[in-house]
Amino acid sequence: MIEVKDACYTYEAGTAMAVNAIDHITTTIPDGQFIGLIGHTGSGKSTFVQLLNGLIKCSSGQVLYNGEDINADGYDRRNLRSHVGLVFQYPEHQLFETDILTDVMFGPKNQGLSEEECRERAKEALLSVGFSERHFSQSPFDLSGGQKRRAAIAGVLAMRPDVLILDEPTAGLDPKGRDNILEMISELNRTHDITILLVSHSMEDVARYVERIMVMDSGHFILDGAPAEVFAQAEKLEEVGLAAPQITYIMRKLKARGLNIQTDALTYEEAAEEILKHRSELEALRTQE
Amino acid sequence: MIQIRNLIHDYLRRDEEGNVEGSQRAVDHVDLDVHAGEFIAILGHNGSGKSTLAKHINALLYPTEGTVTVDGMDTTDDQYLWKIRQEAGMVFQNPDNQIIGQVVEEDVGFGPENMGVPTEEIWERVNESLRIVQIEHLRKKSPNRLSGGQKQRVSIAGVIAMHPKCIIMDEPTAMLDPSGRKEVIRAARALNAVEGITVILITHYMEEAIYADRVFVMDQGKIAMQGTPREVFSDVERMKKLRLDVPQVTLLADALRQKGLDLPAGILTADELADALGLKPQNKPRKTESTDQKDTI
Repeated sequence: MIEVKDACYTYEAGTAMAVNAIDHITTTIPDGQFIGLIGHTGSGKSTFVQLLNGLIKCSSGQVLYNGEDINADGYDRRNLRSHVGLVFQYPEHQLFETDILTDVMFGPKNQGLSEEECRERAKEALLSVGFSERHFSQSPFDLSGGQKRRAAIAGVLAMRPDVLILDEPTAGLDPKGRDNILEMISELNRTHDITILLVSHSMEDVARYVERIMVMDSGHFILDGAPAEVFAQAEKLEEVGLAAPQITYIMRKLKARGLNIQTDALTYEEAAEEILKHRSELEALRTQE
Repeated sequence: MIQIRNLIHDYLRRDEEGNVEGSQRAVDHVDLDVHAGEFIAILGHNGSGKSTLAKHINALLYPTEGTVTVDGMDTTDDQYLWKIRQEAGMVFQNPDNQIIGQVVEEDVGFGPENMGVPTEEIWERVNESLRIVQIEHLRKKSPNRLSGGQKQRVSIAGVIAMHPKCIIMDEPTAMLDPSGRKEVIRAARALNAVEGITVILITHYMEEAIYADRVFVMDQGKIAMQGTPREVFSDVERMKKLRLDVPQVTLLADALRQKGLDLPAGILTADELADALGLKPQNKPRKTESTDQKDTI
């Protein structure tokens, strides 16, 4: 569990350029949750996730991991980073080894594990992101965009994190590649019980997969709740440069045209189900014509 | 405007001595015509060849076989190189790699300055370009202080300032948040509708393609599908097989149709769905909730 208590982070503190990137945040990330973190560019998302795994230290306030202050003197932050794994944007740019197995072994090697243990973990991580044994010896540079992305995520998974933070893992991928990555992340959450914090600009992705959405603006959270609750506030999201998923606007349009439906569907399947509840109403409309 | 005839492009793999080891065909016998003033969308999965194809249009790549002509100029003819790059401008995915000026207006003026346009005209062009993408208020700002959508519009303004006939945008919205995406697509549509500039938009967001006059779908270096957005998005199955998607409203209409509702294929907007369901526009529209997010892109 991660607890953030009244945390602030200021860039260029003490100068005229000082910016409060994180502004008095208090929140808790319980074990096993699948969270979507959304906010416009520059809202503070990336700064926030770096605070969580100790890459940067809050200017004031605290970040606790399993009850311990990660910024306390003597706390092993290096070790923390294997528990709270962070996958940066475009992580495939960080692939560098001659074959993907060796590349994925890099993380656990840095943790000081034996060659054999590293190999074991790397294999497991690659299998869990959908590679098969025959891929292990391939050069990372011969992989497709989506495969590279998955190999890079495996590199973090091989450290067996309890919490996995992904910063826009689907940016630039085609729809199928995007779905594959999100399915895989969802699977890690369900079967390996890894806590997931997904930073995303796609409201559709977030709506479909996560159980909780945190909305960031100007360094703090303006909304935090279940997807249906958050997306009910479409106007508030638009004010901060975001939007509700398209399906929300479609349902609202149908309602505004007089169909008495609930507008909280998060996926097109849910929307179809809701609309079909009003089948007789729709058929009556037709016969009127 | 643009004629592509039997285009083939092979990427060569070389060993350490520079000898050719093998090749990979990225574009495979493509024929494509783009007419002046059209808005074209090119879709296709990662590695399908769309960027390779696009780079031929402004002579960043040359055909292995076949020809590409822009406004009658063959891209392999060196004497036309700069003329072609001026007429067919390109905007890439990452705005940070395209902006060089310290101040927005300086960055936008860089292209025309490089072309040797007289100073006074450069400023006219800068003003005009900033106006078209609606960032006049940012002209004195430093580009690195801007949002992603604003930066990308600076890149577009920089291309407009060269007075191109055509702009090729290679996933210009891939790295942007929802409002940034909207800003860029709105700019692209204005460019096309108001200024009459031919736009070729490469994207992974299916919703952005619904405004196009024609959509081309690439797969394995070939054009797998083409037609109006409605024609292309009507075939949900085929699009999914090509690792793509269709707009959410099209998926929803498709799901309803499968459950027996009588709806046409290829519904592209919420309004079309409402119409097809027989829902009449209300006399007194309730203005309390926003319903038009999609339509205002």
